[in-house]
Amino acid sequence: MSLSSDEVRKVAHLARLGIEESAISEYAEQLSRILELVEQMQAVDTEGVEPMAHPQDISQRLRDDEVTETDQRDRFQEGAPQVESGLYLVPKVIE
Amino acid sequence: MYDKTLAELSSGLRSGAFSAVELAEHFLARTERFHTQLNCLISVSPELAMARAADADRQRAEGDSRPLLGIPLMHKDIFCTEGVKTSCGSKMLDNFVAPYESTVSRKLKEAGTVMLGKTNMDEFAMGSSNETSYYGPVRNPWDTDCVPGGSSGGSAAAVAARLAPAATGTDTGGSIRQPASLCNVTGLKPTYGRVSRYGMIAFASSLDQAGPMAATAEDCALLLAAMAGFDPADSTSLDRPVPDYQSTLTNSIKGLKIGLPKSFFSTGLNSAIAQVIETALSEYRQAGAELVEVDLPHMHLSVPVYYVVAPAECSSNLSRYDGVRYGHRADSPKDLEDLFKRSRDEGFGAEVKRRVMIGTYALSAGYYDAYYRKAQQIRRLISEDFRQAFEKVDVIMGPTSPTTAFKIGEKTDDPVSMYLSDIYTIAVNLAGLPGISIPAGMLNGLPVGLQIIGNYFDEGRLLNAAHQYQLLTDWHKKIPEAFC
Repeated sequence: MSLSSDEVRKVAHLARLGIEESAISEYAEQLSRILELVEQMQAVDTEGVEPMAHPQDISQRLRDDEVTETDQRDRFQEGAPQVESGLYLVPKVIE
Repeated sequence: MYDKTLAELSSGLRSGAFSAVELAEHFLARTERFHTQLNCLISVSPELAMARAADADRQRAEGDSRPLLGIPLMHKDIFCTEGVKTSCGSKMLDNFVAPYESTVSRKLKEAGTVMLGKTNMDEFAMGSSNETSYYGPVRNPWDTDCVPGGSSGGSAAAVAARLAPAATGTDTGGSIRQPASLCNVTGLKPTYGRVSRYGMIAFASSLDQAGPMAATAEDCALLLAAMAGFDPADSTSLDRPVPDYQSTLTNSIKGLKIGLPKSFFSTGLNSAIAQVIETALSEYRQAGAELVEVDLPHMHLSVPVYYVVAPAECSSNLSRYDGVRYGHRADSPKDLEDLFKRSRDEGFGAEVKRRVMIGTYALSAGYYDAYYRKAQQIRRLISEDFRQAFEKVDVIMGPTSPTTAFKIGEKTDDPVSMYLSDIYTIAVNLAGLPGISIPAGMLNGLPVGLQIIGNYFDEGRLLNAAHQYQLLTDWHKKIPEAFC
């Protein structure tokens, strides 16, 4: 299994990673080697095997639907790159 | 004082031989003297440490005699700590000060420990050599040209050089046990769900687990007792009572059934390492343990399965780093997509990007069944192998790492050869089992670790087996000369 440079560009876009054009071919080569390693899985017959999501096969615990969090917006926004009046600022999205 | 174990320091504090303030001063002075040489710390917090040590002395004067009161330690920089930077070894979080405390660091703080600083690590815990850290590689105190292992390499190096008697680590595919092995310390990865993951920066959520690293199994038992337990803030935390790990350390191991997987001792295992492990096993045999061969037929698939499951989960977990709410943000983005893409390209290192891309690919339309689903199916087969083995034996033993510490730079150009550093540790995470690595010998001046794997929630038995070995041997007492 090998990844082409175009596939790397596509995956990088899906992952919102702005990979430099000059680095694409090296990533293609390294990711292909990782996929080759992973390919060993295909030799195993897994027909009828239930995929394992949790080591103890427990399901997600539910809690009572009660408010447990307090409003700490100002505190949480202290580490934000850009905020104004309690809002996170990003470049204009809608023209 | 530095050459004493945590348990010995604890009794010294209790008897009044020294105070918590003196202890903190002692280890801070060692840290000051040695840490730049090892690059094992990202933050040192002496003022905070001295204040906490003074608090501990005050509490003791009021009659508090809990075992960890006044014990200095370091936290891997993956645990959120209020007021001290939490970088996770990444440029992405170089400016991040968490607004809350992780459960692990909170519980250890409440138990009276004194945090000296935060240890260096592979970026987002992705690596087996500590070379992927934004803050540069950590050096192995046994040979500073060598890696300490990873991803908890800073913790392992700091404990090995006795800059602290203990440190926390996290283990997703071997990140506590492999560096413990390469640095001659004792490191325990508990059962998945035993220790809360709340406030521990997520890499692969179904595999990540926190654990203690220290000189001895006895020390790890003291630490685990404080770290373990149910936490409603972690949805995968399991509500099981925490046993008294201390009281079972002294149990006899006569009749202990030790499983030896054929696959651990066959192809690929360096014969000198095999020799060290055989010698360790013969100590157990002489102590009355019974050695039994077991079969883990799907073991060889653990690395391939891991490199689907872990990257898939990491690609999802790391999508939160978008340059908007916290963390690194690129300068003058031209639009929102440019903000995301450049913030992430600049904030993440190469290994993180490789794994995010592999994970994104494996989860993308048309590939999910062939990769993620297939991996989770084989994960069940691997887990089933262990279940059958544990019907016959009490613990499983083998090497922790296929090699001793390798040279810095030796494997950085070849991700796949780096991944194979974890061939003996990864299956344990996939199955969610506990495992411990203990010092078991030296090869050309470099440490070799013995790995002991246990059944679910059987940490007590692992610590017992490790402690009994440490009563018979003194590998765990060895400290690299340059740090004595």
